[in-house]
Amino acid sequence: MARVLIENITKSYGETEVLHGINTDIQEGEFIVIVGPSGCGKSTLLRMIAGLEEISSGTISIDDRVVNNLEPKDRDIAMVFQNYALYPHMTVFKNMAYGLQLRKFSRKDIKKRVDQAAKLLQLEELLDRKPRQLSGGQRQRVAMGRCIVREPKVFLFDEPLSNLDAKLRVQMRLELRKLHRRLKVTSIYVTHDQVEAMTLGDRLVVINAGYAEQIGTPLDLYEKPATLFVAGFLGSPAMNFIKAQISADGKQARLSDSVQIPLHTGSADCGGKEVTLGIRPEHFSLTEQGHSTLPLTVDHAEFHGADTIIYGRLPGNDELLTARLPHIHHISQDKVLHLTAAPEHIHLFDPASGKRI
Amino acid sequence: MLKRTHFKASPLPYLLVAPQIFITVAFFIWPASQAVYQSMLLEDPFGLKSEFVWFENYQLLFSDEIYFSTFLRTIVFSSLVAFLSLTVALLLAATADHVVRGTRTYRTLLIWPYAVAPVVAGTIWMFIFDPTLGIVSYMLHGIGYEWNHRLNGNQAMALIVLAATWKQISYNFLFFLAGMQAIPKSLIEAAAIDGAGPVRRFWTIIFPLISPTTFFLMVMNIVYAFFDTFGIVHAVTKGGPAKATEILVYKVYNDGFIGLDLGGSAAQSVILMLIVITLTVIQFRYIERRVEY
Repeated sequence: MARVLIENITKSYGETEVLHGINTDIQEGEFIVIVGPSGCGKSTLLRMIAGLEEISSGTISIDDRVVNNLEPKDRDIAMVFQNYALYPHMTVFKNMAYGLQLRKFSRKDIKKRVDQAAKLLQLEELLDRKPRQLSGGQRQRVAMGRCIVREPKVFLFDEPLSNLDAKLRVQMRLELRKLHRRLKVTSIYVTHDQVEAMTLGDRLVVINAGYAEQIGTPLDLYEKPATLFVAGFLGSPAMNFIKAQISADGKQARLSDSVQIPLHTGSADCGGKEVTLGIRPEHFSLTEQGHSTLPLTVDHAEFHGADTIIYGRLPGNDELLTARLPHIHHISQDKVLHLTAAPEHIHLFDPASGKRI
Repeated sequence: MLKRTHFKASPLPYLLVAPQIFITVAFFIWPASQAVYQSMLLEDPFGLKSEFVWFENYQLLFSDEIYFSTFLRTIVFSSLVAFLSLTVALLLAATADHVVRGTRTYRTLLIWPYAVAPVVAGTIWMFIFDPTLGIVSYMLHGIGYEWNHRLNGNQAMALIVLAATWKQISYNFLFFLAGMQAIPKSLIEAAAIDGAGPVRRFWTIIFPLISPTTFFLMVMNIVYAFFDTFGIVHAVTKGGPAKATEILVYKVYNDGFIGLDLGGSAAQSVILMLIVITLTVIQFRYIERRVEY
């Protein structure tokens, strides 16, 4: 268990900088998820914490000790790789014991620790097998076990679930969460899957193009996304973005000549401005026709069981909007639905900077 | 069920495999059977007629002490060549795996010797170590060591081992490097995080994982040392001094074309052929199994 402090970390390959000054303070026992689209630099950041990648500038410290120049083995961390990186020529037992042997543990201690971890991860039956005789989920657990036995200060996960099928991924996600609750080891988890990020993390670091867009709890990020990117990245289906103009008194947003929607009173200071409205599909609700409703002409609908995703257009706007409505089973094309969204669920963004207003 | 009648008999498939069959028959089956046949003949001293003697040539060979010692010498020679070239190539490949800058130059330089013909390689080494002209023998003389592979059998052996090894290193290097680069990088990183330094990683992770390559190369190197080193021996020592460097393949030539004991020489080459067949069978049967890990 340890606190990990990341201060002003940058990474450059030659002239090109790929990470631009990342700052994060990871508390003891916290499960933090670094999330972002592929190629955003999230894995690079994790590998820098692990010591597999050189740090261009800034410092990383684990428990108040700067680890910038320490070898990976001296940082007291353990890492689960995307492809598990199990040693193919060793049995499950040896895979887990390898790190302990190198650290000169006695034979008895090694056996005790490996047995303990195997019990925790339900690997007892598999200790004599070679990795290639294991299924994806089992390999994943062995990779976890290899980390657990060493009792490191920090666990690092590099997209560990991305090679599993959908069902197993959900199951392993749950197991990971349970495991963390039990072991309470500081964990840093990298993923591009926003669902994984939302369900696993105590806090999320959203990275885009080398910048940390926002750091906060999943709820924070969902309710108050700081930028257009975060708003669009988290949540499925993704948030709708609509161009609008705020009325002079700041109480209405005009989407087009005939369509306007009431805003929260707090948006008074941006009267008259051009903004981007963000409304999550699930925050739309059906209502009677009125003067401040959004008339959505249905383009097509996807029936998901509990709810239906409706794609449609507003008058005078060619972009498809998404609405997620419960209890709608049959809907015909070109029908007009009258939608509304509560003012507190309407997010305003500055279209130029992408920042939340 | 497919019946024969579904397919019209066509000469095309036979035509397509014919060139390959022709090459195998003309350059392997026919000479090999000729060798087997000739190994059972006894030529008269003037080469005018020959007598079919069944296995007498083989009986003579197996009771011949010189043949036995040649056999031993060949085993020593090929083990030395295989061991040295494998070790050096492994070392070079392990370092090449780490090289970041100038990788291509480094690799090209290491691969070059393979393009050198055995006779040329032998000649180069012969010049370097020539007792009167050679630079190395001159330097050895300077530190008080007398080098004369024309008189000293052990020195002659050392020289052909050196030349044969030098030529084979490139081949081994290529395979080792390819084997090492096929190991996923994350395995090495996992081992680094687990606490293994570079040397430890090499012996506990990399070396076991390239063992199929090592096994393959071992067989290939023995085959090389047994059969492909004729040119080197011929250029450097001609089997001398006093047969100190006469290995099996050289004895076949020496007995057959210099001594004109065609039957005995053919018998020796049949034995060599059996050895190479055995090695190939081992290679094919066990390489698959050894890959298991």
